[in-house]
Amino acid sequence: MRLTLSGVTKSFGEHRVLDDIALELPEVKALVLIGPSGGGKSTLLRILAGLDRADAGRVCVNDTLVPMDEERLRKYRCGVGTVFQAYNLFPHLSAYENIMLPLEKAHGLNRSQADERAMETLKRFRLEAHAHKKPGELSGGQKQRVAIARAVAIKPRLLLFDEPTSALDPEMTTEVLEMIEELKGEGRDFVLVTHEMAFARIAADQVAYLDNGKIEECGAPEEIFGEAKSKGCRRFLAKILRY
Amino acid sequence: MARDSNEREAPFWWRAGSFLLALGSLAGVFTFAFAAMGHRWNWAGVWKYRDLYAHGWLVTVGLSAISLIMSCVIGVIIALLRRTPWLPLRYVARIYVEVIRGTPLLVQILIFFYVVAHSFGIENRYFVGVMTLSVFSGAYISEVIRAGIEGIGKSQLDSARAIGLTTAQTYGYVIFPQAIRQILPPLAGQFASLIKDSSLLSIIGISDLTLNAQDIASYSYANFETYLPLAAGYLLLTLPISLWTQSLERRNRFET
Repeated sequence: MRLTLSGVTKSFGEHRVLDDIALELPEVKALVLIGPSGGGKSTLLRILAGLDRADAGRVCVNDTLVPMDEERLRKYRCGVGTVFQAYNLFPHLSAYENIMLPLEKAHGLNRSQADERAMETLKRFRLEAHAHKKPGELSGGQKQRVAIARAVAIKPRLLLFDEPTSALDPEMTTEVLEMIEELKGEGRDFVLVTHEMAFARIAADQVAYLDNGKIEECGAPEEIFGEAKSKGCRRFLAKILRY
Repeated sequence: MARDSNEREAPFWWRAGSFLLALGSLAGVFTFAFAAMGHRWNWAGVWKYRDLYAHGWLVTVGLSAISLIMSCVIGVIIALLRRTPWLPLRYVARIYVEVIRGTPLLVQILIFFYVVAHSFGIENRYFVGVMTLSVFSGAYISEVIRAGIEGIGKSQLDSARAIGLTTAQTYGYVIFPQAIRQILPPLAGQFASLIKDSSLLSIIGISDLTLNAQDIASYSYANFETYLPLAAGYLLLTLPISLWTQSLERRNRFET
């Protein structure tokens, strides 16, 4: 995908979360956002997802400007698969129904088309056994895999992951990261916010370091993890990779 | 919670015995009070008017049932209005809820019947009665529904937006199905109140159970004998609702 950000600014009250962000990536398949908490990663991801609107600036994905009015923004969101840290599955619906809902209601597939797509997706991620369980009956890792399946089933232009493993124990984290890697292998474009540096290193083809609402540095993972130019990024990595 | 599980663990004979003991001792207090008064029961004088009871009871059931449906419709509309981005509508809803909840139903009935309905040329007292009761109960129900809607976490709304649902779809497929479980127990309680509140409509001459009982009392000169069946008539409607509420509360607790 081609990703262009210019002058992207976002404030919550007095606090400026994103400060005049500019980024030009003509060809990126997997962009990983890293940086300290509160640095603006999640906000930037939510703007890419069309969930929050920037106060100023332009965001272009594949030369399509992310719209600003709610109705066109809703259509834009239909083409993006977003996965949240806390899974955000609908607790009153089974895994299967969670996947069916967007297909039928937002994408206008008829029941049999949606059913075929949902079953195919569940099978692909080895989740058929859990199809008719409600989220309350699934483990954290299973929930997150269902959430990813829901995002993938709509065949999105772009997948967005907001700290998808932060609420999971190490074993489940591996389960979920393997799934993301598999999606990368298929050539699906994604943007991922994570604290899993080892995974960022192997999965990303671009890593952006955000702090204080600015992209301090962006480059290939070898550059960032090998010899980061900015002092802030070096300090952050030194701290996070110490243990 | 602890007391509750204690009750469920108790053997059946002990639960049944405790219940009868409680019921018996309460009944004993009242039997004693009536006996001390030296009241001479005159059930025959009241039995003559059983058809009037039956008719009044059916009117009460009818009034309550229609008001119940109407007040739910009003409740949903007002709850949604209280969440609209357009302030004037939001304030209308808010003023409505505050005024209705803050004033006696008696005054509302009188104003609606003698002032509002009269000036609009509405003569049918049953229609006015049902409308007043619906407007009254609708204010309480809207608050119950609003609390249910607001109990749905922001993450659920985020998720609904992320998958591209419209606002109407979000309410229909995400908010209401989840909110209904929170709403049902207090809503059932409100239904029981509505049934009892319908007794006040007797003041505008609606021949419901209460008004008919008042008439029977004046024909038969047997006050207690008239009003005890009146109480039983309401209990017959409110008790099943109360039991249903309790079972709903129990079920919700197990599921969460």
